[in-house]
Amino acid sequence: MTNRRIFLRNSALAMVGAGAAPLWLQRALYAADAPSPRKKILVAIFQRGAADGLNVVVPHGEKAYYSLRPTLSVPRPTSSGDKRDDAAIDLDGFFGLHPSLAPLKPLFDQDHLAIVDAVGSPDPTRSHFDAQDYMESGTPGLKATASGWMNRALPPAERKVSPVRAVALGPVLPRAMSGERPAIALQTLAGFQVRDAKAAREFENLYAASEDPVLGGVGRETFEAVAMLQAIQKQTYVPAAGADYPRGRFGDSLRQIAQLIKADVGMEMAFADIGGWDHHVNEMGQRASEGQLPNLLREFGQALAAFWQDMGDRMADVALVTMSEFGRTARENGNRGTDHGHANCMFAMGGGIHGGKVYGRWPGLQPEQLYESRDLALTTDFRDVLGELVARHLGNPSLTDVFPAYAPKFLGLV
Amino acid sequence: MAVLCLMPGWGSAKSAKKVVPKGPSFSKQIAPDQRVWQALDRLTFGPRPGDAERVNALGLKKWIDLQLHPARIPENPTLEAKLKTLDTLGMTSDELVSNYPSPQVAKLMVNGQLPMPTDPDRQMLVRKIVDRLDRAQGQPVQTPPAPADLFTPAELRTLRAGTPQQRLAFFDALPVERQDQVLETLPGVRQALYDNAPPELRRRIDLSAGPAQVVVRDLMEGKLLRAIYSGRQLEEVLTDFWFNHFNVYLDKGADHYLVTEYERDAIRPHVLGKFRDLLEATAKSPAMLFYLDNWQSVGPAPAPARAANQARRGLNENYGRELMELHTLGVDGGYTQKDVTEVARCFTGWTILQPQRGGDFVFNPRAHDNGEKVVLGVKIPAGGGMSDGEKVLDILARHPSTAHFISRELAQRFVADAPPAALVDRMAQTFLKTGGDLREVMKTMLASKEFWSVDAYRTKMKSPLDLVVSAVRAEDGQVDYALNLANQVAQLGEPLYRKQEPTGYSNLGKEWVNTAGLLARMNFALQLADNRIPGVKAGTTKVAGIDLGSPEFQKH
Repeated sequence: MTNRRIFLRNSALAMVGAGAAPLWLQRALYAADAPSPRKKILVAIFQRGAADGLNVVVPHGEKAYYSLRPTLSVPRPTSSGDKRDDAAIDLDGFFGLHPSLAPLKPLFDQDHLAIVDAVGSPDPTRSHFDAQDYMESGTPGLKATASGWMNRALPPAERKVSPVRAVALGPVLPRAMSGERPAIALQTLAGFQVRDAKAAREFENLYAASEDPVLGGVGRETFEAVAMLQAIQKQTYVPAAGADYPRGRFGDSLRQIAQLIKADVGMEMAFADIGGWDHHVNEMGQRASEGQLPNLLREFGQALAAFWQDMGDRMADVALVTMSEFGRTARENGNRGTDHGHANCMFAMGGGIHGGKVYGRWPGLQPEQLYESRDLALTTDFRDVLGELVARHLGNPSLTDVFPAYAPKFLGLV
Repeated sequence: MAVLCLMPGWGSAKSAKKVVPKGPSFSKQIAPDQRVWQALDRLTFGPRPGDAERVNALGLKKWIDLQLHPARIPENPTLEAKLKTLDTLGMTSDELVSNYPSPQVAKLMVNGQLPMPTDPDRQMLVRKIVDRLDRAQGQPVQTPPAPADLFTPAELRTLRAGTPQQRLAFFDALPVERQDQVLETLPGVRQALYDNAPPELRRRIDLSAGPAQVVVRDLMEGKLLRAIYSGRQLEEVLTDFWFNHFNVYLDKGADHYLVTEYERDAIRPHVLGKFRDLLEATAKSPAMLFYLDNWQSVGPAPAPARAANQARRGLNENYGRELMELHTLGVDGGYTQKDVTEVARCFTGWTILQPQRGGDFVFNPRAHDNGEKVVLGVKIPAGGGMSDGEKVLDILARHPSTAHFISRELAQRFVADAPPAALVDRMAQTFLKTGGDLREVMKTMLASKEFWSVDAYRTKMKSPLDLVVSAVRAEDGQVDYALNLANQVAQLGEPLYRKQEPTGYSNLGKEWVNTAGLLARMNFALQLADNRIPGVKAGTTKVAGIDLGSPEFQKH
């Protein structure tokens, strides 16, 4: 696998000499390759730990929601005069956003944010690990899949390929991006370098000469990416339009994704994750606007809204999609929390996204409508959402490679 | 290159290009002189200079046998001296809470709801913490004086801009109250002093920054010092392996104070013992009960027993699921959602007496679901009380899926990312034959041809912890304090005691190969070799940063 990965690459940088090419030349090389002046970009966000979708996109029009969750529901939206801050924010008369997601409401109203509900992986597993693995490999139920869906969704290497076309923010490369095509993990832009130039060259040679094909290949990718990012990492980045990213790893991740996009270094795909959604106990405080889930959602929503604001016009090229491995039990458990469930919700936002709408068929929460008598049933496969973004946003028509043995049904998101 | 002298075999013709047509067979054996390196690579945190000679002098077989019986190895006195200052490592959880209180606990002490510590210095500290908390919450307290009111401009210059020696000498000469003023009002100076401080002063600085943090620092300090200095290397490697297998997350609420006891009393004593004992120790540990929420899981209470104002409580299946998926059977081990619920019912009432105060495991019969349960086809009759959970542990500990899952995990850690099935089967047979004797399972693995095969030799990527510790050991580094090494391990992607998910970190070496990780490893190597990691000094063996960051050194 790894040998191929090296040969697949045909970097223009290698031809001009990786460290030497000035940024403008590198940019020019990648730009020349693009079918349109600017490439489309897909940003995927993973909410690890199984977010409680029913308290994220609240089915306030569903009576059963309130009876299943006597102490753990988000109150119905209030009429305009009543300024209660712990109620759901109405979207369409049936669904509402959790109040912590207020910063996303304008995006929904401007039709740039779409929501898909009762969506997820059809595999019945309630194991975090397996479910994340399936969602990232893009092949529910198949453990042997070697690569991730994002890696396969990168159009096959053309003549020239940016070494940073796929970037994951974090210390390890996620399953979704692993595979034959080069993809890099990056903790912080500023730290993405060997701090001693002489040593950097020695390391570069050592890894290039390594007998280990994996280390040799990743080593080469590393130094090509370092060369590519050298110029931009020295700049102090000031988000546009006063965009205010929340403090913490997730806000930092999105801010750096924005920086990479604006730097035009050939990034086509980005990945970031945010953990801490596994709320078996005390999911919310006494009020629905307080406590663990509300705080996490606040960080999540603020980061997405700041990203939107920061990107400005560039959002025309970008689609951002969110996912979480499964939903949580429709009924609250004995500890004001929820256990592992089934279907969940996904967000898609971008200039080309047909937003302002909650997609997907609502299966209901009556006992006989629940999956295995306990969870929100699934009516949309997550691959329908991702497949449409890959095909219609990224323009990669080979969906059979990206999601083998599955034919995504497009919802009309793009 | 120095590393090559230290570890012969690298770059030699023997290890040169392997052409592997299909999958590795794990049958071709390594050369006799490579066996000692294989043992040191996999059963320790990496060889120190002279280790190979020492093992050869003793005889490899005898050395392995000793590592399998760590109590017979006299512990390294250097390590024992270093651990002595880390007093939290010997405390029970409730002692930790009262001696190193969080702001919330300190407040209860000041309000008289909890006893104050007896030591007057500690009492003072408790008052200070509460003052700080009150200040943070905007309550009126006496504002501390500004540095400018306490020190002359010349003194401030020395403190802020002097050489490390000047600062320390100046600080040393101050009376204790004035030293406290420095530590409290000048956080930048506090940090600068830390790097060169003797152990007692470091302790004071840690305490002034917040006693609750001392507990965390000691844990990391202890783990790294042991990994670097202990003569009982296999025990350290296994303690890390089993902690990770039964992972708990330090930053989940009360677990802050429960992890010390958990690692020391639930994990460490059993790593070469019976799996059933290890399993029960974790099942009854406050740390695990809190982490996977079982302490709050209760069965249906008879109606009158529940007061009207009592919070509605019930079953929580978090522990039941992870117990089977991650601790015993493995995700494909043949259990259903129904089994998850039934196991969770069996463990209702397994709880903690006052977790926030470091309380112990207790069985609460009123919270237990006393009905009949069926787990993996085995009927557990009604009325079993606490024994329901113990029966579940019996069923799981002797289940063939568990034997296989545990054996495979061990083989992944010690032999190869994709261990040969035949080896895993033999280890699983030993597991079943010996009633889950982990020492015997290890022996089967160490007696196998697979462990000593060319395909297993220096083919596994080191985890961040393996890499950092092996680098320090390779250069015979001297560690005053290891906090900055712990930060490096975190930077490389493996924050110690801070894996939030119950899966723990991957045992697969390949998970650690990526651009961010490689760069972090190279930078660490250069920093270490240049003596730029405060608290660590290179020993007699100089190893170049290029070697420590080389592709060869990333593997073991």
